[in-house]
Amino acid sequence: MPLYHDDDQTMLADTASSFMAEEGSIAKQLRHWRDRDCKDGFGHALWKQMAEMGFSGMLVDEADGGLGMGHVEAGIVLEEIGRNLTPSPFLTSSVLATTALKHGSSDLKSRYLPGLIEGESVFAVAVDETAKHRPGRIGAKAEKSGNGFRLTGTKSFVIQGASADMIVVAARTSGSDEDADGITLFAVPKDAANMSHDPVRLVDSSVASHMTFDGVELDGGAVIGEVDGGREVLNAMLTAGRIGAAAEGVGVARGAMDLTIDYLKQRKQFGTLIGEFQALQHRASHLYSEVEIARAAVFKAQQLLDAGADSAELMSSVAKAKVARTARLAVQEGVQMHGGIGMTDEYDIGLYMKRDRALSEFLGDAYFHANRVAELSGY
Amino acid sequence: MSDLETFRSETRSWLEANCPAEMREPVRDEDDIYWGGRRATFKNDAQKAWFEACVEKGYTVPAWPKEYGGAGLSAAEAKVLRQEIGRINARPPLSSFGIWMLGPALLKFGTEAQKKRFLGEVARGEIRWCQGYSEPGSGSDLVSLQTYGEDAGDHFVVNGQKVWTSYADQADWIFCLVRTDKTNKYQGITFMLFDMETEGCTTKPIKLISGNSPFCETFFDNVKVPKSYGEDIPAQVGEINRGWDVAKYLLGHEREMISGADGGDRTSAIGSAMKRAAAKTGDEIDPVLRAELAMFDVDALAYGAMGEKFLDEIKVGKAHPAQPNMMKYAGTELNKRRHELMMSVGGSRSLEWESEGTGGGKPSRNWLRTKANSIEGGTSEVMLNVISKRILELPGS
Repeated sequence: MPLYHDDDQTMLADTASSFMAEEGSIAKQLRHWRDRDCKDGFGHALWKQMAEMGFSGMLVDEADGGLGMGHVEAGIVLEEIGRNLTPSPFLTSSVLATTALKHGSSDLKSRYLPGLIEGESVFAVAVDETAKHRPGRIGAKAEKSGNGFRLTGTKSFVIQGASADMIVVAARTSGSDEDADGITLFAVPKDAANMSHDPVRLVDSSVASHMTFDGVELDGGAVIGEVDGGREVLNAMLTAGRIGAAAEGVGVARGAMDLTIDYLKQRKQFGTLIGEFQALQHRASHLYSEVEIARAAVFKAQQLLDAGADSAELMSSVAKAKVARTARLAVQEGVQMHGGIGMTDEYDIGLYMKRDRALSEFLGDAYFHANRVAELSGY
Repeated sequence: MSDLETFRSETRSWLEANCPAEMREPVRDEDDIYWGGRRATFKNDAQKAWFEACVEKGYTVPAWPKEYGGAGLSAAEAKVLRQEIGRINARPPLSSFGIWMLGPALLKFGTEAQKKRFLGEVARGEIRWCQGYSEPGSGSDLVSLQTYGEDAGDHFVVNGQKVWTSYADQADWIFCLVRTDKTNKYQGITFMLFDMETEGCTTKPIKLISGNSPFCETFFDNVKVPKSYGEDIPAQVGEINRGWDVAKYLLGHEREMISGADGGDRTSAIGSAMKRAAAKTGDEIDPVLRAELAMFDVDALAYGAMGEKFLDEIKVGKAHPAQPNMMKYAGTELNKRRHELMMSVGGSRSLEWESEGTGGGKPSRNWLRTKANSIEGGTSEVMLNVISKRILELPGS
């Protein structure tokens, strides 16, 4: 399959690009909700609009009422989300939780997917228990209790956790914290008893939740996939989520780069446009080169995942690590080349810097994924 | 089965039947590469058999039209062939500046008779070409070149000097940028083709820091270049005084080639091979070095995806025309980093300059050779200038 968009994908890209620029813009969404101290950190009306555009259920199988599209398509939407810093539940709900639900029972699908497709529901995923992404360690316990399970433990930095109608929780049903086996995924509804949230606003104005499960009773129907066999589902969910986060990260990098290059063409100092200075031109050109390469890596990872190739896992980490480093470069060069105004809240470039920090941390940073590339390559 | 899948299975069996086992080993020495030409000899029977099978099939230049010695493959078929060749690690049957550089120039700018004659010779490996571009005073600023061809009726009299002419001492013919109008900088250069055995044409190898001499200085002392080699076969590609257009077009190809976009060693990860290499000598890889290898592998695998995307896009005209400059910049900088890391993993062993165990100092000589990657065919700094101007459209550059 060639590494460029086909006609349908090109059309989707055009649609997503104009929709996000119009409805998902920084002024209309990120700044709007941030300045109102919104408890969700995103707008439900936009989520509804995204459903009307067909975005929210694009990865859901057609048999379940979705569009049955792939990760190349989801990535197109995510890149536009990234470029506009649009806060939305798309990545957690439409990519991560949706991927998990593909492994769920038909009851689970019919309970949760229609709300997602309609843009009524929001989902979150709760995997990490510390400040760094560490899916190899799952300590939260789900013990057998009657016909179901009793969930105890904590989860950290669950993005949009307190806003979610359902949370996919990875818990241990056997073995000890570091074991690969013995994990089970649960679809936990928001109104579950003995579950509490401690929401915290992050640097990018998104809201994460520290969750406590103090004996949450779940029936067997809440299990996604097999009991004790959740690692496979978890890995599938994380791979899809990382590739999705990488696509959004490319958007962040491009958004920051475009703003900066525009600025180089407008700002005058020493009687000349600063874009004429070779010191800046070379740095901008290096950045362009890195962004192009990162984008190609993400595209390749999306294609491999859609093709069901084993190498998608390695490439997901290549893409996530490459994008994290590239977006970091883009936002740092962005603020520096903007000079003093780059430090002001009024200008958008700083918002890109904040979003990159949070997004790169999500599901593993560049160090985590470079290390994973080494491990998967056998060194 | 789709046509492409049929082609893949046919190609696979053809390769199985025609590519000898020895030709599926990595290239170790310079004489593992077959360059063709009047003075060429084969290293062994396997090299000869593989070369001849490919000439017969048109696979020395698979994407060229059949009438010029190619196999006339479509872009999709050529990609399949490249994948299948990669799968069995088959060596290129023929390496040549005729294929990489003169060919594309002739295909775009040549006359029909020129194509029939010169492309056929290239495809069959009969003539080895070299490139006369740079001069002592014209490196990055190539268009300032001074080698002059004076019009003498039915021929030009060429005087001047070229430098960095790759393998000029082993080449049969040269494609050479010659000034034919001193009053017009850009529209005063002609892209000439002539025989290196012409009287007045001499070469002298340049010894590099690697100890090897892949480049030469080439001198022209009243070299008579005829204006025509037969009916509709002018001695120049494109029009007289319009050689800069050809040169610029070709620089794109050269940059693409040096970028390593088409895969192979340049785009592969090295970490696991480095771990095995270290284990062989009883060494361990320091954790900080391992981290650098991991970051390198991320960049290399990402660049591999970029190479694939770039080639896919270029075939359907979706790539930005200046994109080869980006590929050249990123690919050569990456390759330098690769060899720095390989030297570090090898430790003192990789410092050996003449030992048998290192194949005559391969690690260090190859490492030094890579330093030219970001200079030849346009320096990294020139590449960044071109990106600024043509892609980012920054002012005043």
